[in-house]
Amino acid sequence: MTVPLPDHMHPTRSFQGLILTLHNYWAQHGCVILQPYDMEVGAGTFHPATTLRSLGPKPWKAAYVQPSRRPKDGRYGENPNRLQHYYQYQVIMKPSPANLQELYLGSLAAIGLDPLLHDVRFVEDDWESPTLGAWGLGWECWCDGMEVSQFTYFQQVCGIECAPVSGELTYGLERLAMYIQGVDSIYDLNFNGLEGDDKVTYGDVFLQAEQEYSRHNFEHANTSVLLRHFEDAEAECAALLRAGAPKDGDNSPMHRMVLPAYDQCIKASHAFNLLDARGVISVTERQSYILRVRNLARQCGEAFLLTEAGGVNFKSESV
Amino acid sequence: MPDLLLELRSEEIPARMQRKAAGDLKKLVTDGLVEAGLTYEAAGDYWTPRRLTLDIRGLTARSKDVHEDRKGPSVSAPEAAIAGFLRSAGLTDIAQAHVHTDPKKGDFYVAHLTKPGRPAEEIIAELLPKIIREFPWPKSMRWGAASAKAGSLRWVRPLQSIVCMFGGETEEPVVVDFEVSGLRSGNITYGHRFLSDGQPITVRRFDDYVAKLEKAKVVLDADRRKEIILADAQNIAFASGLELVEDEGLLEEVSGLVEWPVVLMGEFEESFLAIPPEVIRLTIKTNQKCFVTRKSGETDKLSNKFILVSNIVASDGGKEIAYGNGKVVRARLSDALYFWTTDQHDLPDMEKLAAAAIRFDLDLKKPLDQRMARLDALNVTFHAKLGTQGERVTRIKALAREIAPLVGADQVLAARAAALAKADLTTEIVGEFPELQGGMGRKYALLQNEHPSVAAAIEEHYKPQGPSDTVPDDAVSVAVALADKLDTLVGFWAIDEKPTGSKDPYALRRAALGVIRLLLSSDWQIALLPLFQTAFAQLREDAIEKHVERYEAQQAAQNSGDVDGEEDVTNAISGFEKRLREEVAESAHPVLLDLLAFFHDRLKVHLRDLGARHDLIDAVLTDGADNLLLIARRVEALVVYLNSEEGRNLLAGTKRAANILSAEEKKGTVVTDRVDPALLALDAEKTLFAAVNQAEKDAAQAIQKQDFSGAMIALSALREPVDSFFEDVLVNDGNPDIRANRLALLARIRTATNTVADFSKITG
Repeated sequence: MTVPLPDHMHPTRSFQGLILTLHNYWAQHGCVILQPYDMEVGAGTFHPATTLRSLGPKPWKAAYVQPSRRPKDGRYGENPNRLQHYYQYQVIMKPSPANLQELYLGSLAAIGLDPLLHDVRFVEDDWESPTLGAWGLGWECWCDGMEVSQFTYFQQVCGIECAPVSGELTYGLERLAMYIQGVDSIYDLNFNGLEGDDKVTYGDVFLQAEQEYSRHNFEHANTSVLLRHFEDAEAECAALLRAGAPKDGDNSPMHRMVLPAYDQCIKASHAFNLLDARGVISVTERQSYILRVRNLARQCGEAFLLTEAGGVNFKSESV
Repeated sequence: MPDLLLELRSEEIPARMQRKAAGDLKKLVTDGLVEAGLTYEAAGDYWTPRRLTLDIRGLTARSKDVHEDRKGPSVSAPEAAIAGFLRSAGLTDIAQAHVHTDPKKGDFYVAHLTKPGRPAEEIIAELLPKIIREFPWPKSMRWGAASAKAGSLRWVRPLQSIVCMFGGETEEPVVVDFEVSGLRSGNITYGHRFLSDGQPITVRRFDDYVAKLEKAKVVLDADRRKEIILADAQNIAFASGLELVEDEGLLEEVSGLVEWPVVLMGEFEESFLAIPPEVIRLTIKTNQKCFVTRKSGETDKLSNKFILVSNIVASDGGKEIAYGNGKVVRARLSDALYFWTTDQHDLPDMEKLAAAAIRFDLDLKKPLDQRMARLDALNVTFHAKLGTQGERVTRIKALAREIAPLVGADQVLAARAAALAKADLTTEIVGEFPELQGGMGRKYALLQNEHPSVAAAIEEHYKPQGPSDTVPDDAVSVAVALADKLDTLVGFWAIDEKPTGSKDPYALRRAALGVIRLLLSSDWQIALLPLFQTAFAQLREDAIEKHVERYEAQQAAQNSGDVDGEEDVTNAISGFEKRLREEVAESAHPVLLDLLAFFHDRLKVHLRDLGARHDLIDAVLTDGADNLLLIARRVEALVVYLNSEEGRNLLAGTKRAANILSAEEKKGTVVTDRVDPALLALDAEKTLFAAVNQAEKDAAQAIQKQDFSGAMIALSALREPVDSFFEDVLVNDGNPDIRANRLALLARIRTATNTVADFSKITG
C-alpha cells in the first residue's frame, strides 16, 4: 500500500475503508479510478466504461463503484440481506491479462482475506445479460462458501463479439463487507469505522431510503408515466443515433452522438425494471421489452465502434 | 517402449465437464496415434479442476514403413496417361515404375511406393495442436490479447500451460516440442494454487509427475479424491454420532472443485429442522455443495450438522471456513424456511383468484387451493398450441372423473386430486427446486387436511416416470396419473408433435410407457380409444362451445319476436351441437388410431423388455385392439400354450394348413371358408369339420370370458383331427369341387385359430 490508511479505515472495520482499499489496489495495477455513472442502472456493467469500452480494439483498464438499483429486490428495509439499492465494485481490464486470477486474489488479500485461512474457490457460473445482449464465461468466486464476486471473460457485448476479450470483476460490496466485518445484517455494517457517537452505520445512511423506495417501487411508481418514459427513451435513443450517424460523403465515417444515445438505452432499461417490479408486465410482454432494450444496446454498440474510443484511428502496437 | 505424458493446465474447469473432457482427450489422442500407425499398451486419463492429464504407456517409438503398390496404365498407353500416372504416384521418371505382366491385360506399370515410418514425437507434435484447437468442449471461450484476432484459440477457460514428455524407461524423457496459438509445450507445471510454494515444478514422466504434484498438494486422481472425501466425511460424521447422507452426484461434483480435499463439519440452528428434510438437503446441496447428515439410526430426519469439503488445510484448522459456510447455509435455510411458511399462508392478491376458484371448485380459504387459482389466473402457457396450465388442469380433471369408475376410484376424490395436482407449481419451494414438484404438493395437501388419497395422488400422478419407477397403487393416483398422461399424449398427437427418431422433447414415449405400466398393473378393463375420444373432445371443448354460442346468436337474431319458433330453435341448436360433436369425433379418428398404433409399438417394446417374443406379440396384435391388458394376457397364454406339446403340434398343423392356403392364394385360387358337408367324403375330413365347428364355438365362448388358456385348450381339440387329416386326406383331389371344399376346410382351421392368435406370424 502506498497510502497507509488509519486503523479505523481498515476494511474489516469500515465500509468506506473497503472501497478505498480496493481503489488503492486497482489503481496500483493501472486502472483508471472512475466515479459512479450518474444514472440509475441495474448493475455496474451498464456503466459506459464497461458496456461500451469493452467493445473495439483499444486497451482499457478501469475500476469504480457503481450504485445499482434492482427495484424488485426491495424489502422495505426488513430483510437483512436484500436491498433495492446497493453498491457494486467493478473492475474491467481489456484485454484480459494473463494473471487476472492472481490479481483478483491479490485484491482479496488486500482487504484482509488470507487464502490460507479462508477457502477461496472459482465455481462455474456463466454470466449473461439479456438486455445488454452480453455474455461471457467465468465463475462465482466463493469465500468459505459465500459468493463474494463474479469473474467473467466477456465474449459478446451489445451483440458484438469482443475483440479482444475483457476480463470483468464485480464485487458485491455489502456482502463482502458483512463477511469481513462479521455482522449479520447489512444495516449493522460500520460505514465510517468510528465507534461510539461518531459511528455511522449502513442503516443510518440507507435504511430510510430502502423503506421509501420500496414503497415507490412496489406501490406508487406511476406505471403509465413509466410506460411513456420507456417509449420516449426508446424513440430518443433511435433519434440520437440517427442524428449522430456518419453522413454520406464524410471523409472519416465517425459517429458523433453515441454516449447520449446510450444514456437513453439506460433510461429505457431502468423504466422496464420499475414496471417489472410493479407487476404490470406479463410473461410474454417481458421478453419483448427485453428485446427492445437489447436492440437499443446493439445499435449503440455498433455506433460506438465508429468512434475514437471505439477504435477508429487505433493502431495496435503489436501488429 | 516409451511413454507419453500430457498435461493441459488451465484456469478452473467447470466440475461437470471434467470427467468427460479427460475421456475425450484420451480418445482423441489414442485414436489419432493409432491412425498414424502407432500402437500403445495402456492409456489413463486424469483430471483436477485445473488440469487434464493423459498417461500413455508402451507407445511405439516410430510408425512402420507402409508399402503400397499403385497400378498404372498399360505400357502401350498414350503419353498423357503415363504422365498422369507419374504425377499421381509422385514419380519423376517412368523408369522408377515396375512392369507387371497380366495374362489377359498384358504388360502394365506398377509403382512400388513406400511411405516411410515416422518418429512418434513427430506424430505427437503434429497431432496435439490440432486436438487442442478442435477440442469438443460444450462451451468454450477466447481470452487475452490474442483474442483481438479472429481464429484465436478457444478453451473452456484460459489454457495456461502444456506439459508433453516422451521417453522410455532407460532414456531421459524429452519434451515433445509444439506450439498452439503462442503456447509452447514444456516440462513445467505448478501445484496447488494456495498450498504449494508456487514455484515451477519440472517433471519427467508420469510417476515423478504424480509424486511431485502430491507433494505440491494436488491429488491428481479424481476417484482417489472421491474416496478421501467419502471416507473422511463418514468418519467425521461417525465421530459425532451421525451418519452421512450419501450423494454420488454431489460427491462427483465436489471432487471436481478441489485439488486437495479437506473435509470439515459445520452446523446450523436446530430450529431449521422444521423445514422438510428434502428441502434442507436440496438447499444445502444445490447452493452450497455440502452434504447433510442424520443421527445414526434415523431414516428420514436430518441433523443440524452438515459436511463441507474445502480446498485448503487452513492455518486455524478450518474454524473460519466452517463458520463462514455455516453462515451462508443459515442464510439459505432462512430463505427456505420463509418459502415453506409463505406457501402455507394466504396469497396477497386474493381478489384476482375468484374466477379460478369457481372454475376448479376451489376453497379459497385453503393455501394450496389459492396456489391453483393463481396458476390459472397467471395464464401460464403449457404449450402455445395446447393452451394454459389452467386449461390443461380443466381437461385432466374431466378426464380423471371419467376414468375414476374404471379403476375403482372415488370420482369426487379423483376430481379434487386433479384440481390440486399442479397447484404446487406456483409454490415458492417448487419455484426454487422444480424437482420437488408433486412431493411438496402432497405435503401442503396433508397440512390442509386433504383426504390421504388426494394428497398421495398429487405426488403420484407423475408416476411411473420410466421403466424402473414404481407404479402407484392408490386408485385415485391411478385415475389422475392416467388422465394426466393421456391428456398429454392426445394433445401432442392432435397438434402433430410426435416423437421422431431420437427426438422426443415432450417425453411422450415415457408417458405412453407410464400408461401401459398403469394399465397392466391391475385387472381393470380399460379400452383406450373411448378415453382418447374423451380427451380429444376436451381439447376441442372451448371451440365447440364458441361455435354453438355463435350459432345460438344467429338463430336468435333470425327468430327474434317469433314466440312459436322457440322450440324449433332449441331443437336446431341441440341438433347443431350434436352434429358438431360428431364431426369433431370423426376428424379425430385417424389421429387417435395413429396414437393407438404408437401405443402398440411401445407395448411391444415393453413386453419384449419383460422377455416376451416379439413374434408372439405380433401374432395377437390386431389394428384396433385398444385393451392393452387383454393383449398382454393373450401373449402370456400363448407363451404357455406354445411351450406345451399340444400347442407345438397344433402350431405345426395350422402352419401346414396356412402354407397350403397361401400357396393356393398366390396362384389366384379363390378359397372360401364355406364348407359343404355334402362334399365331405372321408372320415378324417368329417371329423375335422365337426371338430373345427366345436372348437371355434368353444374358443369364442372362452374368449368372451377373457379366458385365453380356455380358448387355447378348446383349440387343442383340433390337434388330432388336423394330424389325421393331413395323414389320410389328399387336398389336391381330381374333382375341383372336392378340392375347393377341402381348401375351405383348411381355411376354417385358420379362422378358428385366428380367434386366439395369427399363427402365421409365429416363427419356428
